[in-house]
Amino acid sequence: MNAPVSPPVVGRDLRIALVGNPNSGKTALFNALTGGRAKVANYAGVTVERKEGFLTTPAGRRVSVLDLPGTYSLRARSPDEEVTRDVVLGQLAGEPPPDLIVAVADATNLRLVLRLLLELKQTGHPMVLALNMIDIAQRQGIDIDLAALSRELGCPVTTTVATRKRGIEDLMTLVDQAAERGEVHGPADWHAPDAGEIRAAHARAARIHRQAVLPPKRPDTWTGKIDSVLLHPVAGVLILLAILFLMFQAVFSWATPVMDLIKAGFDWLAVQVTTYMPPGVLQSLLADGIISGVGSVLVFLPQIMILFFFIILLEDFGYMARAAFLMDRIMGGAGLHGRAFIPLLSSFACAIPGIMSTRVIDQKRDRLTTILVAPLMTCSARIPVYTLIISAFIPNRTVWGFVNLQGLVMFGLYAAGAVSALAVAFVFRKVFWRGQSEPFIMELPAYKTPDAKNVARNVLLRAEIFLKRAGTTILSMMVLIWFLASVPRPPAGAPGPAIDYSFAGMIGHWIQPVLAPIGFNWQMAVALVPGMAAREVAVGALGTVYAIGEDKPGQLAAALSSHWSLATALAFLAWYVFAPQCASTLGVVKRETNAWRWPIIMFFYMIALAYLAAFVTYQIATRLGG
Amino acid sequence: MNVHLRRPAEAELSRVRIEGGPGEDVRRLADVRRGDRGEVVAVSPETMIGVPEAEREELERRLLEIGFVEGARIEVLHEGFIGRDPIAVRLDDMRVALRRREAQGVLVRLEK
Repeated sequence: MNAPVSPPVVGRDLRIALVGNPNSGKTALFNALTGGRAKVANYAGVTVERKEGFLTTPAGRRVSVLDLPGTYSLRARSPDEEVTRDVVLGQLAGEPPPDLIVAVADATNLRLVLRLLLELKQTGHPMVLALNMIDIAQRQGIDIDLAALSRELGCPVTTTVATRKRGIEDLMTLVDQAAERGEVHGPADWHAPDAGEIRAAHARAARIHRQAVLPPKRPDTWTGKIDSVLLHPVAGVLILLAILFLMFQAVFSWATPVMDLIKAGFDWLAVQVTTYMPPGVLQSLLADGIISGVGSVLVFLPQIMILFFFIILLEDFGYMARAAFLMDRIMGGAGLHGRAFIPLLSSFACAIPGIMSTRVIDQKRDRLTTILVAPLMTCSARIPVYTLIISAFIPNRTVWGFVNLQGLVMFGLYAAGAVSALAVAFVFRKVFWRGQSEPFIMELPAYKTPDAKNVARNVLLRAEIFLKRAGTTILSMMVLIWFLASVPRPPAGAPGPAIDYSFAGMIGHWIQPVLAPIGFNWQMAVALVPGMAAREVAVGALGTVYAIGEDKPGQLAAALSSHWSLATALAFLAWYVFAPQCASTLGVVKRETNAWRWPIIMFFYMIALAYLAAFVTYQIATRLGG
Repeated sequence: MNVHLRRPAEAELSRVRIEGGPGEDVRRLADVRRGDRGEVVAVSPETMIGVPEAEREELERRLLEIGFVEGARIEVLHEGFIGRDPIAVRLDDMRVALRRREAQGVLVRLEK
């Protein structure tokens, strides 16, 4: 199974699908079966991740393994669960039905999964049941009669410890045997059960449970003990805040040295290109377009990996559901799910990892709302812009005896971002989805020690997905922005900065009348075009249009304070609270939602808010004599 | 067992009186406190006040699917720090968190 994988030959590889409750160790079993090598893509037309791996059984049979999203019922409630249902029923376009279902159950928590197994039997697929985490069940003294279980369910049963790769051979042998028997599919008579049928299935499952499973002699008491601290109304909240503080610190500051290194590396590369290549369009494309474009994608990687390290660690430990429990009431006030908290907080560092981490929210509407408001949180790329304008226009003095005025403005900008994110989420819920709310019913899984290899593998997988998916979109946008800002080139000996002669310059002059009511001059309008690359690029772009080097921030601040009125500066700050000046974010939203509709909606609502905020700020400040 | 509901006014969100058998204390899960324990006696769309009619039957099925089913043993383990909401309950062998809004559909006969 360590052989390099190649695309399956349709009709020759045996197709198996892993199905089970959430938290049953399904992904760990997938990794144990396939050696962790997964092909990750999206199912056609939906944003649900499709994870496929390959293995060779002891009998030499090649098998493709599909890791289906966890579910409690085939009666799907979220896009993830719909995929599981449709694949199992063979109703998903472009996805042939599996030959065999490998049902995965947490051996310590069998009661609920038995009902799902009865539903799976109704689909008519041959099935093999893997009782995972059997080591924990044995430690708790849970006695499971495998023969009785197998008889009652009518399928072979085996035990596994996926994290230790135990029982994998036995499971593969069962897969081989099922394949050799060439089991024909039974009649598929599954339909969405009504409440009465669910009750009847529960009763049947309870009967099987009584026959086959004896209750634990030494039940897990740790989960209860840990919960009494972590879910404590005071201590639990303080611990959550401490964990979040640590995460925020890590994403913000631990990533900085690596990000600086990556940035320096690409800057060096660009310098090499400008030194050794003759000046011209090609040199500019390579240095300013491609190299700085690739750099601007790679620079996010440390933050994304650190953030996902924490998220995966907390998820595997079982804490994420607890964090959602603690924050649900606060997030619920804005119409968001408790699980939206971590993505929104991460967006203080950068909206890109924040948006990527919304995948922990399983309801589609909640996830989309969170994605749409995430860029309103004040990301670290806004800091250079805020710092420049504040240092140029806000006097460094103390107000009310102890508050630094510059610090107060900075705090106000942060608060404006957070408050507007919650407000916009509230409005989206009311307007877009007419106030429909998803029920909040969630299992709190037993705590488990995270498996280091599993965490590392999943962090690397996230990094790979980001580079593959976001990389292409972001890079092409960067090249487009480079093109606008550098072509056509100025005539020889032309006065003024080169950008003024480019398409960006033309666009800037063209939109300037629209921006006049919010107090923006044409230099600012021109700088906004390359500023689409990333928010902090606005600083460099202003330096370019005012023909001042980027490395002289003091001079730039002085130039701005002589060219701009205070009202203009405040309007510019208000603009940057809301404006979608980040092509990468829009690219990631496109990738995560699998549709251009959402980045377009995001772009326009943010532009509208930015214009409105800047307009109100400028008009009031002008009236007050700014 | 039969549970007779005295239909409450829609505005009256808490403390729905439910008449169980003689001497029985039956309440909605939404109305019980931390430390209370008992047995699920009914899952019913009728006690979900403030939940639109169209969503009630779906909510009933979701409650059933995650294990809120007649006969299940239940104990309230934790309450949220704002408005004691959501709640975390032990439900047979597992732990489940839910909002009190959703918990209205579960009727519990409390142990004395």
